[in-house]
Amino acid sequence: MHDQTVAQLARGLREKRFSSVELTQHLLDRIQQLDANYNSFISVTGEQALSDARRADSQLGNGEGGPLTGIPIAHKDIFCTEGVRTSCGSRMLDNFVPPYNATVVSQLAAAGTVSLGKTNMDEFAMGSSNENSYYGAAKNPWNTSLVPGGSSGGSAAAVAAGLVPAATGTDTGGSIRQPAAFCGITGLKPTYGRVSRLGIVAYASSLDQAGPMARTAEDCALLLNAMAGHDAGDSTSTVREVPDYSADLERPLEGLRIGLPKEYFGDGLDAATGQCIQAALRELESLGASLVEVALPNSALTIPTYYIIAPAEASTNLSRYDGVRYGHRCADPVDLHDLYTRTREEGFGDEVKRRILVGTYALSAGYYDAYYKKAQQARRLIRDDFLACFEDVDIIAGPTTPGPAFGIGEKSNDPVAMYLEDVYTLAVNLAGLPGMSLPAGFVNDRPVGLQLIGRHFDEARLLNVGHRFQQATDWHTRKPEIAGGAA
Amino acid sequence: MQYETVIGLEVHLQLATRSKIFSGSPTAFGAEPNTQASAVDLAMPGMLPVLNEQAVRFAVMFGLGIGAEIGRRSVFDRKNYFYPDLPKGYQISQFADPIVGRGTFEIQLEDGSTREIGITRAHLEEDAGKSLHEDFHGQSGIDLNRAGTPLLEIVTEPDLRSAEEAVAYLKALHSLVTYLEISDGNMAEGSMRCDINISLRPKGSETLGTRAEIKNVNSFRFVEKAIQHEIERQSDILEDGGKVVQETRLYDADRNETRPMRSKEVANDYRYFPEPDLLPVVLDEAFIEDLRATLPELPREKRERFVSQYGLGEYDAGVLAASRALANYFEAVASDAGDAKIAANWVQVELLGRLNRDEKDIEDCPVPAAHLAQLIQRILDDSISGKIAKQVFESMWNGEGDADTIIAAKGLKQVSDSGELEAMVDGVIADNPGQVEQYRAADEGKRKKLVGFFVGQVMKVSRGQANPQMVNKLLAEKLG
Repeated sequence: MHDQTVAQLARGLREKRFSSVELTQHLLDRIQQLDANYNSFISVTGEQALSDARRADSQLGNGEGGPLTGIPIAHKDIFCTEGVRTSCGSRMLDNFVPPYNATVVSQLAAAGTVSLGKTNMDEFAMGSSNENSYYGAAKNPWNTSLVPGGSSGGSAAAVAAGLVPAATGTDTGGSIRQPAAFCGITGLKPTYGRVSRLGIVAYASSLDQAGPMARTAEDCALLLNAMAGHDAGDSTSTVREVPDYSADLERPLEGLRIGLPKEYFGDGLDAATGQCIQAALRELESLGASLVEVALPNSALTIPTYYIIAPAEASTNLSRYDGVRYGHRCADPVDLHDLYTRTREEGFGDEVKRRILVGTYALSAGYYDAYYKKAQQARRLIRDDFLACFEDVDIIAGPTTPGPAFGIGEKSNDPVAMYLEDVYTLAVNLAGLPGMSLPAGFVNDRPVGLQLIGRHFDEARLLNVGHRFQQATDWHTRKPEIAGGAA
Repeated sequence: MQYETVIGLEVHLQLATRSKIFSGSPTAFGAEPNTQASAVDLAMPGMLPVLNEQAVRFAVMFGLGIGAEIGRRSVFDRKNYFYPDLPKGYQISQFADPIVGRGTFEIQLEDGSTREIGITRAHLEEDAGKSLHEDFHGQSGIDLNRAGTPLLEIVTEPDLRSAEEAVAYLKALHSLVTYLEISDGNMAEGSMRCDINISLRPKGSETLGTRAEIKNVNSFRFVEKAIQHEIERQSDILEDGGKVVQETRLYDADRNETRPMRSKEVANDYRYFPEPDLLPVVLDEAFIEDLRATLPELPREKRERFVSQYGLGEYDAGVLAASRALANYFEAVASDAGDAKIAANWVQVELLGRLNRDEKDIEDCPVPAAHLAQLIQRILDDSISGKIAKQVFESMWNGEGDADTIIAAKGLKQVSDSGELEAMVDGVIADNPGQVEQYRAADEGKRKKLVGFFVGQVMKVSRGQANPQMVNKLLAEKLG
C-alpha cells in the first residue's frame, strides 16, 4: 500500500480493497519501524489518525466522501494544528500547542484526509538542508548520509520513504521544490495568494506559500484542490475562483511553448544535472512542446534581493517570540531585558539569529534605502523579467537546483554556499509565480529535479505538463531501497 | 526676553468600532483582563490581521469633516519595538502613506475669535495593551484587552500658541469626533490621549526652538497644566542662557511637573516598513462620496446656522453647538417654546450651570427638553415669573414632574387677578404709612427707587407669585 500514489490509494479505498484504518495503521507501523533512519517526523499522532481513519471508513462505507477521504497525509510542523504541538522546528516553540488549525489543515481535514503527524523542517523554515532543526537533521531516504533538502525536508523524506503518500510543505524561497528535487518526489509551490497563510507560522510574509508534496503531479492536483481558495482571514489570499486542478491533466502538450532561461543553464549548474534536465526537456519536446530560449536578465539580483527581503520580514515576524505569552521562556529572568535576551538566545538557533540580524540591519535607519527599498525595486525588475518571458512562452523550465543532494554537514558551516542552493527557486517566490519540481533522473543515484514555472495562477498548466511528463517517464516511480527492508 | 510658545499636538483617538482594527475581538472598556483578546491580539503564531472596514470609514469621515485630502491609496506599516504589552513586537500603523492628509481645523477662543489650525495628517493604527505593575509580587501583569483597539492619530502643524489654544483645539476636536460619532471621546477611559510637542522662541523669530515632547496626557486640564509648566521650565532654561534638550517627557499630574522619560523607554529606530500581511487600502470616489453623504451637520456649520437662524451671538452659538446632544436639546426646547433666545439663555445658563454643578453630561440630563420648553412657555404666558421659574426648574431637576405639574402642585401660578392683587397692594400701603409719606414727598427720580420697596413687600406677601408688571401698575395708581 505504501508504494501507491494518492490516486491509486483513493481507488483502493473506494473499491474496499483496504480500509483507511488498515492503510493508516500500516503507515504508522512503517513510521515506527523506519523513521529512526530518516527523522522525518517531529510528532506522530497515531490515535488521532486512527480515529479520523475510522470516521473516513464510515463515510466511505456510506458511499460518501471525496477523492481524499481516508487518505493519510502529514503536515510540515509549520502548520498550526489544534491540540497538537507545532514546533516549527524550533526550541522556541517546543512547548507550543495551538488552540486552532491552520486553514490548510482544516481544509484538508474537511476533505477527509487523515493526518499522521507533523514533519521535520529547518527551524522557522530557514534553511535548505533540514540541518537547522532543533529536532536534528532529517535524512535523505536515497542515502541517509545526504540531506533531504529544506526547509520542508521532513515532508519530502517521509513521502520518498513511503511513510506517507503526500504531505504539505511551505515554500518561501524553494522550500517545497528543492527537497522534492533532492528526494525524487513532486512538489508544487502555488502562486502567492492561492493558498491561505492563516495558521502557518510566518517566516517571510510576502513570500511564504503552502503547497502539496507527493509522488506525482496528479496527486499534487488532488491536494491542491483541497488546499486552494480564498480565506477571509488572510488579506493576501485571492478571491479568484479555484479551478478543478485534476480536470486538465490529460491535455496534450502540442503547441506548448517552453521557455528556457539561459541564466539557468550557465556556469553554476552541475554538468550531470544539466544533462538530466536536457534529457527531460527533449522528452517534453517529443510530447509536442517547443523549446524557446528566453532571458531573465536580472537573475543575478535574485540572491541578494531575497536575502534582504526575507530576513527583513523574518526579523519582525519573529519579534513575537519574547517569552511573555507562549513558547520558550528563560528561567528566572532578572528583568525585562534579561527575559528578552536569554529567551531568544536560548530559543533560536544560529541560522534564525543570523537572519534576524541581517533583517534588522537592512531595515535600520540609514540603511533602509540602500537595502530594503533597493531590494523592493529589484524584486519588481525580477518579476517584470518573468512577465516579459510569459509574453512569448507558456511555461518556463530549468533545473530546480544546481546539483543533487549534498552530504549532511557538507555546507552547514558555509551559509553562502547554502544560500546558492536556492539560486533557481528564489526568483519564483520574489515574482509570486507558481513553480513545481518533478523527478527527472539521477546523478550518482541521487535524484534530480526539473523545475517548471508558470504564469500567475496557472497551476493547472504546470500540473498538466507534469502529469504528461510523468505518463511518459518513470523517474517518479523509482523508490529508494529502504533500510531495514520493511515491505 | 519675550518668548513665543509653539505647540503641536498628536492626539490618539480611539475609534468607536465594535470590534478591534485587525481582529474580531470586542473593544468594550473595563472588561476583566485578557477576556477581550483573541489569538490575533495575542500574536499567536500564524495569526494574521484583517482590516476592520468600519475603522477605515471612521477615518475617512474624520478626513471629510476637516476638509482634508483623503489618501486614495494608504499603506499600513510595521513600527518595530519590543515591549511586553506590544504582543507582535511591532505596531501596525501608517507611516509614509496615511489615510488622511492635510486639512485645517477651526478653533474658537473664549473671546469668540477663531483661528485656523493646520492638520498635518491622520493615520490609522492599533493600540497596545497595558502593563499592570501592582499586585504581581514584583512582576508585571499584561492586559491585552486594549491591544488592537483602533486608533486614529491626528497630528497638527506647530500652529498653537498657548495652553488656551491647545485646550480649545482639543475641545473642538472632541466636539467634531463626537458629532461624527466616530469616537466616544471619553478622556477618562483613554479614548483621547494627547502628546504635546512644545518649544519656545524669541518673539518675532521665525525659526522653531528645540522642542520637548510630553507623552500621554489624558485630560483637558492636564494638557493645560502640563503646557503651562513646560513653558515655565523652558523659559527658565532659556533665561539662564541654557539650551532646551530635545527629549520625551512625562507629565506627572500628582506633582504637576514634567520629567524626562528614561532613555530605555524611548525607542529611537522603529524600522518602519510596509506591512506584508495587509494590502494597501485603495478607496474609490464612490466610497468616499457615500460617506460624505452620511456626514451630519458639523459643529461649525451648526454654529453659523444658530447665529443666522436664531440670531444668537457667535460665542453663545459656539457653546450650544459644541456638543451634538446639547445642540439637539437646545433646538428641541427652542422649537417647542417658540422663543429661541430665551431657550438659548435657559439652556446655556440654567441647564449647563446645573449640569456642571452635578458633573453630569447633557445625555444624563434629568429634565427632558419638552419640560424645559413648557417651563419657558409659562414664563412667556405670564403664568409664572422668571424667578419662580428657577424654582420650578430646580423641582424638575429633582424629578418632581413637568412644569405644569409642579406649578399646580405647589400653587406657584402667578397672581394676575387684579382684585386679589389690589387687596395685597392695599394691605402693603396700609401697613407702611411712613414709607408712603416718604414716597409721596419725593420727586419723580426718587420715587422710581422707592417703589421697589413696595414691590418687594407685595412679592413677599404673594410668596413671589404676584405678576410684577401688574403690581407696578397698581402701585403707581394707588400711591398717586
